[in-house]
Amino acid sequence: MNELAHSSALSRWFNGNGWRQVIIATPYLWLFVFFFIPFLIIVWISLGKTAPTSPPFAFKPEFPWIYLEGYGRLFTDTLYVRAYFVSVYNAFIATFFCLLIGYPMALGLTRVSRSWRSFLLILVILPFWTSFLLRVYAWMGLMGSNSWFNKGLTGIWNTVAPQSWELTSIPMMNSNFAVILVMVYTYLPFMILPLYANLEKLDNSLNEAAMDLGSRPSQVFRDVTLPLSVPGIIAGGLLVFIPASGELVIPSLVGNAYDPMIGRVISDEFSSARDWPMAATVAVALLLLLVVPMMAYTHFEAKAQAGRENG
Amino acid sequence: MNQAPKPTAAGTTDKSFVKIENVTKTFAGLPAVKNVSIDIAKGELFALLGGSGCGKTTLLRMLAGFETPTSGRIFIDGKDMTGVPPYERPVNMMFQSYALFPHMTVEKNIAYGLKHDQMNEAERKDRVRQMLDLVQLSDLGHRKPHQLSGGQRQRVALARSLAKHPKVLLLDEPLGALDKKLREHTQFEIANIQYKTGITFVVVTHDQEEAMTLATRIAVMDKGEVRQIGSATDVYEYPNCAFVAGFIGSINMFDGEVRAMNGVASVEVPKLGATVEARENSSLAPGQKVKVAVRPEKIHITREPPAAGVNAIEGTVDDLAYFGKDSLYRIKLPTGTVVQVNNVNARRAAESERVAQWEDKVWLSFEPSSVILLKD
Repeated sequence: MNELAHSSALSRWFNGNGWRQVIIATPYLWLFVFFFIPFLIIVWISLGKTAPTSPPFAFKPEFPWIYLEGYGRLFTDTLYVRAYFVSVYNAFIATFFCLLIGYPMALGLTRVSRSWRSFLLILVILPFWTSFLLRVYAWMGLMGSNSWFNKGLTGIWNTVAPQSWELTSIPMMNSNFAVILVMVYTYLPFMILPLYANLEKLDNSLNEAAMDLGSRPSQVFRDVTLPLSVPGIIAGGLLVFIPASGELVIPSLVGNAYDPMIGRVISDEFSSARDWPMAATVAVALLLLLVVPMMAYTHFEAKAQAGRENG
Repeated sequence: MNQAPKPTAAGTTDKSFVKIENVTKTFAGLPAVKNVSIDIAKGELFALLGGSGCGKTTLLRMLAGFETPTSGRIFIDGKDMTGVPPYERPVNMMFQSYALFPHMTVEKNIAYGLKHDQMNEAERKDRVRQMLDLVQLSDLGHRKPHQLSGGQRQRVALARSLAKHPKVLLLDEPLGALDKKLREHTQFEIANIQYKTGITFVVVTHDQEEAMTLATRIAVMDKGEVRQIGSATDVYEYPNCAFVAGFIGSINMFDGEVRAMNGVASVEVPKLGATVEARENSSLAPGQKVKVAVRPEKIHITREPPAAGVNAIEGTVDDLAYFGKDSLYRIKLPTGTVVQVNNVNARRAAESERVAQWEDKVWLSFEPSSVILLKD
């Protein structure tokens, strides 16, 4: 009897407003359990000190119970500052080239016929069906000094460049150039898809209206298409910039050892140096470095939006 | 209808300010516009009227330059527009969706086209102010389009398309997105603005009432072809084919055969079970099959048999609908045919005092001059 009353109250709650709360709560619960709690653990580890124990860290035995040396080292050890700089720089350059290549592709997708469009969209997504590692290895093969690709490029270079600059092969592998090239290749779909979703929604009559009022196609692009695609550019930019700045695999495989990106530093601290607290410190700092400007941007953008709507 | 100011011929001699010459447009082999020729005078408010898919919008887009005619030519103010891109044509368009730039304020929207004109900052500001005054939106210049009501957006679109003082203004279903009350009000406003500015307007609409109120002349289109060009009175009272007669307003239309042509035309109409007299028409001869059409409001309902000299038929009231200012009767004839009659309620009367009630026997009468004869 009591059981029945209880279950009917539950089902009343669920059928009333509950299902909505369940749906909304599910992703938050997921993020709380699998992102926020692990992040707190990372923060906790970052406040320890490496020790010959298992797990390999310990906390200060007296007040204030934590060590802050790791955070101090972030600023004093140039390795970390340099790694942050290289990461942000590489991610920025990669994002810029993804935008430069992806924007015309996304715009082109919106202008072709429907049947071509779905075919071309499949081509954009197709690389995801191959293992990411395999694709990076393919690039390593292409960039290596004995590949047909490198030989072909070298041949072109040697015919164009003056005699004294002649090369036996172009040194592409294990360079920052290789890292950026492979990152642009890898993250390009993440730029194209949100941009396409944004551009596809734009009403073509806006373009026609601008043209009708005397704008040439290039002016129509500058005055109408570009400003209205800013949300798509930001979405695509973030989707490329954030994973690119923490990228580990690409710089490890095709990058050089003296210009490490932050992802590789974290990995090395964690596995080679077995300095878990330092690895955690670098990770927390990276997150702050990415999240704080983003939150500031969202905050000011929302404020500006509200201002525009009220003014 | 047709209360709109008529600036037609006022000071214009050029009857073909906009000249559409044998224009055909096919999409993937399917014709959308078939060999259309229209001359529009300067300062005219011209309407392209037709159902969806009749080619009216395609024709308008060819005037704007968004579509190229497959064959034929378009002249505006004497200049051949073939190969002239939209941004170099002396025309502006008001889009059905308004197509206001969502990221620009009302003022910037209106000023957008002006930056391509030789104009200094003060002149440009002045023009924007004039346009805002013209459409009565002077206080809303700093708003964004999404902060405006539908009617206000419509007026911003109108102001933006007028700002450059185009030679021809094209309006694509200008009132289509407005509710009925606002539409009636805006009709007069558009006609008024057209009168004030003297710009040639070409309006595309599917709404015959809109076309008749606004336009000095109407081109009725069907399946890519122009069926009739004329004033509202012309197309309503003197349609030249069964399509136009049926498309504009409601009408009773029956098959008939001309019996005699001596002073008056006598046409036998089997469905009415009577021979109908109409005005003589020199293009018809006895024996010819015709369509006989009479508008519902031109038929009178009486209890008593009418006097001689008019067409008279007896029938019973099958159905009636009371609309206030008028009533619609459906009268069943002995032949089984149902005739629609519009009766203006000119007299204030209770239900029991009406001209006729359900099942009443009544006489229908209409003047020979009210009968429209159309070749089959």
